[in-house]
Amino acid sequence: MIRLVSLLLLLAMPANAEEIVLGLSQDEVAITATFEGSEILIFGAIKRDGPVEVEGDLGVIVTIAGPDQPVTVRKKDRRLGIWVNTESVDVDVAPTFYAVATNRPLEEILTFTEDLNTRISTQRAIRSVGATVESAQSFTDALIRIRASEGLYQTIPEGVSVAEEALFRALIPMPANLTEGDYKAEIYLTRGKQIVDLYTTTIPVKKVGLERWLFNLAHDNPFLYGLMSLSIAIAAGWGASAAFSMFRR
Amino acid sequence: MQIYLPIAEVSVNIFLLLGLGGIVGVLSGMFGVGGGFLMTPLLFFIGIPPAVAVATEANQIVASSFSGVLAHLKRKTVDLRMGTVLLIGGLVGSGFGILLFNYLKALGQVELLVQLCYVVFLGMIGSLMFIESLNAIRKASKPGGGVPKRRKHNWVHNLPFKMKFRVSGLYISVIPPLLVGVLVGVLAAIMGVGGGFIMVPAMIYLLGMPTKVVVGTSLFQIIFVTAFTTMLHATTNFTVDVVLAVLLLVGGVIGAQIGTRIGVKMKAEQLRIWLAIMVLAVCGKLAFDLLVMPTELFSLGTGGHS
Repeated sequence: MIRLVSLLLLLAMPANAEEIVLGLSQDEVAITATFEGSEILIFGAIKRDGPVEVEGDLGVIVTIAGPDQPVTVRKKDRRLGIWVNTESVDVDVAPTFYAVATNRPLEEILTFTEDLNTRISTQRAIRSVGATVESAQSFTDALIRIRASEGLYQTIPEGVSVAEEALFRALIPMPANLTEGDYKAEIYLTRGKQIVDLYTTTIPVKKVGLERWLFNLAHDNPFLYGLMSLSIAIAAGWGASAAFSMFRR
Repeated sequence: MQIYLPIAEVSVNIFLLLGLGGIVGVLSGMFGVGGGFLMTPLLFFIGIPPAVAVATEANQIVASSFSGVLAHLKRKTVDLRMGTVLLIGGLVGSGFGILLFNYLKALGQVELLVQLCYVVFLGMIGSLMFIESLNAIRKASKPGGGVPKRRKHNWVHNLPFKMKFRVSGLYISVIPPLLVGVLVGVLAAIMGVGGGFIMVPAMIYLLGMPTKVVVGTSLFQIIFVTAFTTMLHATTNFTVDVVLAVLLLVGGVIGAQIGTRIGVKMKAEQLRIWLAIMVLAVCGKLAFDLLVMPTELFSLGTGGHS
């Protein structure tokens, strides 16, 4: 009983006994022409003002979430002998990238209720409101499965290494097919499956150099961009033809 | 070596793209088809988003067709007059095609329609060409055979607005080529291809043009229709990826030059039978995909309302 009260008290007031101090291997991810994906190293220390008050094991959870985008999940079914898209579910909020790294399996360091509130696990990070199809769960599962196979959704149970209960580091691989935007990195500290501290930071992911220039031109000056693409095509076609006739002479 | 494509927003192996461009370019030069009906599905397969694949492919076809048409112009195997008539029809057709495409997109199921279009048209044209050229080869190999068949006079020759097409040796109405142009334009816009694989047989069997002229004339028309499509995609959907296009066309233009030279050395019947086999192979693959249960039943689309 006493324990429960103390837990409730801890939840009510911001727990300052243990705090996260953070470092990042890079402030931003720059997408260049030869971008092949990246790795972000998140490291930090746990600062303590006094002796650990809360009992229970230490848990460190690192999440990185890309910008949210709605997505439509379609399911194929057999109609008249051929496979066609039949049912579909609109998922209103789905991060374009989502990685969860923990020092131990998530269910061992976080309660179900805490997960519900904070939406840490991948299943919780995706929201589909007003799904009309009965088996909406299978659609969100499919979304996670497909994105996971592309390296966009990752759950890394042993991805955070903790040393001396004070230092932690996590290496998060990011694939090449990233969507531009601000990526939100969150580091949760848990004790006895309850969150005691949270640290949030953003990592911008953006195209740079030629990639940036072409992308901007395509969107700001589409007519010019189209003409440029066509002239390159014509020039290449003519060039090849000229080169070959010289070669044959 | 990987390269990141700025519009497609994916990272792809550079040599894979160069190779694909080269192989499709050789075929394009040999048969006078833009190669889009091969390249577009291949691009889907390596993970390029369909919208980007279709738009970029149009741009790439401009390059390979231009390279091919120059080779044909030198040998005077382009009927510019016929090409212009086909082109007028083609521009009208592709305008209609894009309207139709957007309408079907609003209804959903546009993917299925595109696939069915491919299967039906490729299957039909492939089998027709295959049977016809097989017969031609059989006739030619007979001793004493090879009597040139007299051109048939069908309904095509009884229409008004006759025009002389000297390079093709034809004196026919402009209505059939205009209609062929429109049909090809519509299909080109829906299927995201140049339309050569439909136009080439239509010119041979419907208009009665000599095979040697058909290839160059078809390439000539394709340049302009695909250039028009590229501009439409670039200004409305922003889906032309110039980096992807450049990589594909570097391989493509070189391939097209080689292909054109191979094409000259081959007999017309042989050329046609190989094109037929290729068309049937792509058709078979697409039909197979529609009929066999896919390993992943679910697919992701861009959000919003379907």
